[in-house]
Amino acid sequence: MTRNFSAWPIYALLGILSAPLAVMYLFLVIDTFTNAPPGSLIPNEFTFHHWRFLWDASVTGDVWGPTATTFLFATTMVVIVLAVSSTAGYAISRLNLPFRRFFLSGIMVMHAFPSVTLIIGVFLVLQFAGLYNTLIGVILVKASLMLPFGVWIMKGFYDQVPWEIEMAGVQDGASRFTVWRRLILPQVTPGLLSLGIFAFIDGWSEFMLPRILAPSANFQVLSTYLNVVSDPNSTTYNFNLFKSVGLFYTLPILVLFAVFQNRLMNIFGGGTKG
Amino acid sequence: MQVTLKDFTKTFDDMTVIDKMNLTVEDGEMLALLGPSGCGKSTTLFAICGIHRINGGQILFGTRDVSNVPSQKRNVGVVFQNYALYPHLTVSENIAFPLSVRGDDKAKIEREVRAIAELTHIEELLARRPAQLSGGQQQRVALARALVRKPDVLLLDEPLANLDAKLRLEMRSEIRRIQLETGITAILVTHDQVEAMSMCDRIAIMNKGEILQIATPTDMYRAPVNKFVAGFLGNPPIVMLEGKASGDGRFIVNGGAGLPLPSRLANIPGDTPLSLGVRPEHFGAAGASQVSGTITFVEPQGRETLFDVTLADGVVLRSIQPAREDVALGHKVAWPLDAEKLLAFDATGQAV
Repeated sequence: MTRNFSAWPIYALLGILSAPLAVMYLFLVIDTFTNAPPGSLIPNEFTFHHWRFLWDASVTGDVWGPTATTFLFATTMVVIVLAVSSTAGYAISRLNLPFRRFFLSGIMVMHAFPSVTLIIGVFLVLQFAGLYNTLIGVILVKASLMLPFGVWIMKGFYDQVPWEIEMAGVQDGASRFTVWRRLILPQVTPGLLSLGIFAFIDGWSEFMLPRILAPSANFQVLSTYLNVVSDPNSTTYNFNLFKSVGLFYTLPILVLFAVFQNRLMNIFGGGTKG
Repeated sequence: MQVTLKDFTKTFDDMTVIDKMNLTVEDGEMLALLGPSGCGKSTTLFAICGIHRINGGQILFGTRDVSNVPSQKRNVGVVFQNYALYPHLTVSENIAFPLSVRGDDKAKIEREVRAIAELTHIEELLARRPAQLSGGQQQRVALARALVRKPDVLLLDEPLANLDAKLRLEMRSEIRRIQLETGITAILVTHDQVEAMSMCDRIAIMNKGEILQIATPTDMYRAPVNKFVAGFLGNPPIVMLEGKASGDGRFIVNGGAGLPLPSRLANIPGDTPLSLGVRPEHFGAAGASQVSGTITFVEPQGRETLFDVTLADGVVLRSIQPAREDVALGHKVAWPLDAEKLLAFDATGQAV
């Protein structure tokens, strides 16, 4: 790209505008490793004290249990979303489905629906199915809320695969299923990958659904765990500890995003190779 | 293997695209389905390979009725216009795909892939991926993949359309060579008359879902059954003059002077409406009668030069001759017209 104007005024403006955020994040990290004298922002002491929740369950309760649950929650959701989206997206993109248009517009509407408005209906369904207050129930609800987005995205990726590749596969003697698995699926792996990461991040950060649909369950995910830690009325309330748990909770997401950021961007390009 | 279409009918929704078409492709023959876009030639091809279900009639491979056999079991090799190589597989995996789907053992697959790669001259490309190949190489891989499981019929859908002019020339003879070496029955779909004429044993020319004429390229060029066929074959194209017979073996152009008719039409009654087709090579080279006019357009093509000659009455004839520079735009010339080779068509467009 050739520049017709110098770029530094823009960088300067953006820098100034985002400085407060950057400073906050910087202090989020610094504060978890240091102590500062009261009334001061400048730390005077390096410490791992705020991270003691990792090995000392007496501080805020066991953190590894909720971590494992959150991981299970997010990965199960990824599996469900990928399995359904990769097949449903294909069907909607390629197969001569009855009610195809109806499905498509249905997916669009569901995609646009704020999930909060469905919560009462979902609650009733879970109650009826006996899944209220269970991890499986929350996972199923979360995954199905993610599905319209997933199916839609995967349909976009399948639409990009040339029709001839499929026909060539059929001519080469392969069944439709073999064609899908060996020829078409490899073409949409970028889509699957980004959708999977997206679903994982979404599941990892979910707070509302576990909170509402499993309020008294015997499991905790990290978001609800963090909610307990951050309760200013609790006896164990400690702001630096809260920051440390928060950072611990964010880390996997940051890592995932740093590693796969290019992949994640191409989900919005509808599958064009970026 | 002989391929026969009997009363083949294809409709899309309520539109009948092809109505009761009959066609026989002989064993080992290469036949071109030639026609303008939308004439139903690709539809016919896709019906033969089973992508389109037929709505009536029969498709026979040899004596086996395959009308209701799914694509996978028809044993047809297809080369698609955009080659449809599998981008995530290497060239050798691409070629091996039909065999591995069939469940052949590894050693046999390896052997067959080698053999077909040798035939199509792509041995050194086997480890590459389709994206690393040029258009011509992709074409060869597509051919190899279509041929590797020794299909009964090879179908080529506009195989040269995506190549540049020079490669097109090369692949034209390559495809023909491979077809002859394997002795496979092949059907080529194309809208390019040069491709059809240069590659195929016979041409079936189609328009609006109908086969107008099936003949060898030379016969079809020399004796087209109607005006459409005459106009479709030949580049630069034939010049059609509308007029009527004079009754004494000549042809009167509408609102103008006369031209000689071939002697076989000497007895045609006067005032019969006719169209006279003059191919550019039949004017300016040899012939009994002289036609004079003014050169109004010159197009040098290197080996040949194309002239437009406007006659006194405004009729424009086209002439192609070995390159010459002794005449130029605006010159008056009197060139011979080979009246015996002119084509004449009646009012309905049929040859007379």
